[in-house]
Amino acid sequence: MAEVLRARRGQVDRSGGVLDLECERPSVAGSVSQRACTFCGSRVVLYPIADALHLVHGPVGCAVYTWDIRGALSSGPQLHRLSFSTDLREKHVVFGSERVLEASLLELIARHRPAAAFVYATCIVGVIGDDVEAVCRTVAARTGIPVVPVRSEGFRGTKKDGYQAACDALAGLVGTGSTEGIGPHSVNLLGDFNLAGEIWIIRGYLERMGVQIVANLTGDGRVADVRRAHGAALNLVQCSGSTTALAKVLQERYGQPYRRVSYFGFEDMAAALYEVAEHFGDAEMLRRTRELVAEEIGAVLPVLRELRPDLEGRRAAIYVGGAFKAMSLVKALRLLGVRTVLVGSQTGNAEDYRHLAALCDPGTVVVDDSNPRELAAFLAEEDVDLFIGGVKERPIAYKLGVAFCDHNHERKVPLEGFVGMANFAREVHASVTSPVWSFVPRRQRPQRREAVA
Amino acid sequence: MSPFTPPAPRAVPFRTADDLRVAAGARPVVETRPVEEARAISTTNACRMCMPLGACLAFAGLEGTVPFLHGGQGCATYIRRYLISHFNEPLDIGSSSFGEASTVFGGEADLHQGIRNVVASYRPALVGVATTCLAETIGEDVPRMLGRLRAGATDPVATHPAATGAPVTGAATIDTALPPLVAVSTPSYAGTHADGYQAAVAAVLQALAEPGPTTNDLVLLPGMVSCADLRHLRELVAVHGLEATVLPDYADSLDAPASAEYHRLRPGGTPLSEVVRCGRARAALTLGGLVSPGTPSGGELLAGRFRVPHHALPLPVGLRLTDAFLDLLGEWGGRDPSGAVAAERGRLVDAYVDGHKYLAGRRAVVFGDEDLVVALTAFLGEVGVKVVVCASGGRSGRLRRTLAEHTPELPADVLVLEDADFAQIDAAAGEAAPDLLVGHSKGYPTARRLGVPLVRVGLPVHDRLGGQRLMHLGYRGTQQLFDRIVNTVIERAQDSSPVGYAYM
Repeated sequence: MAEVLRARRGQVDRSGGVLDLECERPSVAGSVSQRACTFCGSRVVLYPIADALHLVHGPVGCAVYTWDIRGALSSGPQLHRLSFSTDLREKHVVFGSERVLEASLLELIARHRPAAAFVYATCIVGVIGDDVEAVCRTVAARTGIPVVPVRSEGFRGTKKDGYQAACDALAGLVGTGSTEGIGPHSVNLLGDFNLAGEIWIIRGYLERMGVQIVANLTGDGRVADVRRAHGAALNLVQCSGSTTALAKVLQERYGQPYRRVSYFGFEDMAAALYEVAEHFGDAEMLRRTRELVAEEIGAVLPVLRELRPDLEGRRAAIYVGGAFKAMSLVKALRLLGVRTVLVGSQTGNAEDYRHLAALCDPGTVVVDDSNPRELAAFLAEEDVDLFIGGVKERPIAYKLGVAFCDHNHERKVPLEGFVGMANFAREVHASVTSPVWSFVPRRQRPQRREAVA
Repeated sequence: MSPFTPPAPRAVPFRTADDLRVAAGARPVVETRPVEEARAISTTNACRMCMPLGACLAFAGLEGTVPFLHGGQGCATYIRRYLISHFNEPLDIGSSSFGEASTVFGGEADLHQGIRNVVASYRPALVGVATTCLAETIGEDVPRMLGRLRAGATDPVATHPAATGAPVTGAATIDTALPPLVAVSTPSYAGTHADGYQAAVAAVLQALAEPGPTTNDLVLLPGMVSCADLRHLRELVAVHGLEATVLPDYADSLDAPASAEYHRLRPGGTPLSEVVRCGRARAALTLGGLVSPGTPSGGELLAGRFRVPHHALPLPVGLRLTDAFLDLLGEWGGRDPSGAVAAERGRLVDAYVDGHKYLAGRRAVVFGDEDLVVALTAFLGEVGVKVVVCASGGRSGRLRRTLAEHTPELPADVLVLEDADFAQIDAAAGEAAPDLLVGHSKGYPTARRLGVPLVRVGLPVHDRLGGQRLMHLGYRGTQQLFDRIVNTVIERAQDSSPVGYAYM
């Protein structure tokens, strides 16, 4: 049975009953968490704004490891894909880094003409006492563009605190642009990062329904759109962990309502579109939505029908960043006949985990902030056929001879929308049914090992 | 126009007006970006990684060792992610997961708890503790903290007040003894990943190596090479009838066979018992080893503290540099009675002749770690490739001199960029009108912009399978490199030919 560090016991549950998982706490030191840091949270949320300069203020590492790291596509400028750093050296740590920050900003703004600049504070900037905000104000005044400090020092907390810092930065931009030309049936898309072009799929659906999209926050995002986002009638919040905080601020400040949605899988995708149509209370829009959903599902169903027989009865493990995404994945897998036996996330909250447990079969392992040793042990114990996770989970699955579906930031195939469900099914099928598994050591042993509960 | 005056560009070593005229006669392939504007105060697309990454890589090459970073959780996770993408291999790195309170009051409790948890979970033979920017900036004295941890570690781990590390089940007994804990100072602002790597090797030797009567063993300190290279180095030494400790050696730990179980500790790695004996070795050899001034190196430590005769050679890429390496093995009494290595050399010379015309006068831009840039340039020089730009994010200050020393064919007007970023490399490559780029995956945007093929070498290789298996060293590694490079040139010519020749 999987060894779980004593300090983490409350973060794992396999009762399948009403569950009260310990979560939203810092990672246990030495647990080899799959989480990153505050900086990571901020960087992933803001990064897709394509016409902004993203300057990582600190020594070079944080910028190196986030260079073009996400598949967040842009239909225009590609500035977000470059990695800018103030590349602090020993002398800056000793004598301060305000001057090098100011000079770097002036230099890069002159070179790239961005619509705004985000300055990400890394750990040491938070401790050497630089006044980053003052520098940002000075440079904004000199260049005439918004220069937004992001309080993303890695030690400030978890990735979630980084989401908050990013939302703060965005909240400062919203409301500074003109809302001219924005109609009553209008939305902002929050928490979609246009991985593999996904936001284009969602925009396509909404446009067919007759909905106007004001701003993408932040996939394929533009600063000018963000600045006028307060003009939209509704905020749709995907990946709710990352941008709900922003939606709440906008609700408070501008009375904009928001809806938590997910674009993964048939059920959640359709529910999201109906929610929009119902919100606007427009019968004609509702009719168009019904047509759209029927048409899209009709186009994709044959794919699922073809693939499902090969997947029926397989056992899946899910470990992803956000719990909301995990819920959609459980449902999407069920549509393919795949049963979820382990589900976990880096950043879920107690309510998320209760939902997840209710959604899954009794006995499903539910885990918060897991680590490679636990995950590997669960994969073996639960005799998992398929693991859905990100870059850091992939080698664990592969080393043990388990099929894998990349549901990470750098994916190349869109998984959102109805068409995304077909892609998801194809990707799962491609891995699960590969002949290579017949050669891996775990399949050279007796088939199903008893799971010790 | 901008409403302000941009600051003056920062002076970059070896970038003179003459340097920039290198490619004056060359055809302009695409839009050029003036090199002068390319690099100033900020860094765009760095051509290096951070010190703790290098330290983690070195620790991963030690038997039963868990790398551990004293700092925020993100450093460990980012570095894991980055290395996983190259090696396609799980790599667990512990972290003290600093929070705000630790940043204010010091992170000793987190360090102690983190190490206890790693010890309880992994039962490692050694924990390699590298610092991060944050820990160094707030002045953490890690060696002292580790000393205090050890002093308080006589009680069983499970009963210690700070203990949260006992496994729930599965471990009948808990090893109460702490394994050796090796600290190394690696703030990102002080150097590069290459510096962190060498400093970690030196720290391990400093902590473990013991004096005593000289043995018949050699110490091989290979630098950051691939898993396949490490295996080949071991093989070369063995074929020559010599005994050598390769330190570090992540050939097996970062390129492990498929397995039915997740190994608590990665297999392989330099045995710690051998590291202890390194202080008594009859000689040590550093391959590569270009680091920032002041960075400790394992070879120098062995020479200074244990009087082990220390040699340094460039990485053995190409005929000449491999010859030099094997000559030294010969001086140490190494013989290859099978003749297998001589045959490999002969085949390589034969291949050089077969392929030389395809490479004659081809222009190459070489970038990456300084050690690899030096060795690759020497190799490319000896096969007739004109290396027009040599670039590295390294900060040894010795790149140009070392390049000239080992590459007699080096064009006098070669542009050497030290402490460079990819904004500079991209601009220089644009002006140099190269036929090929030789370097790691991070040069792909430049290759794509210029429409010039990139031959992937070194680390990281994030956009191709098998970075850990790429070979560079010895006659065999050179052979593979040579074939890849020649075939890259041929493929380009074939694909762009209207005829579509079916023979070379």
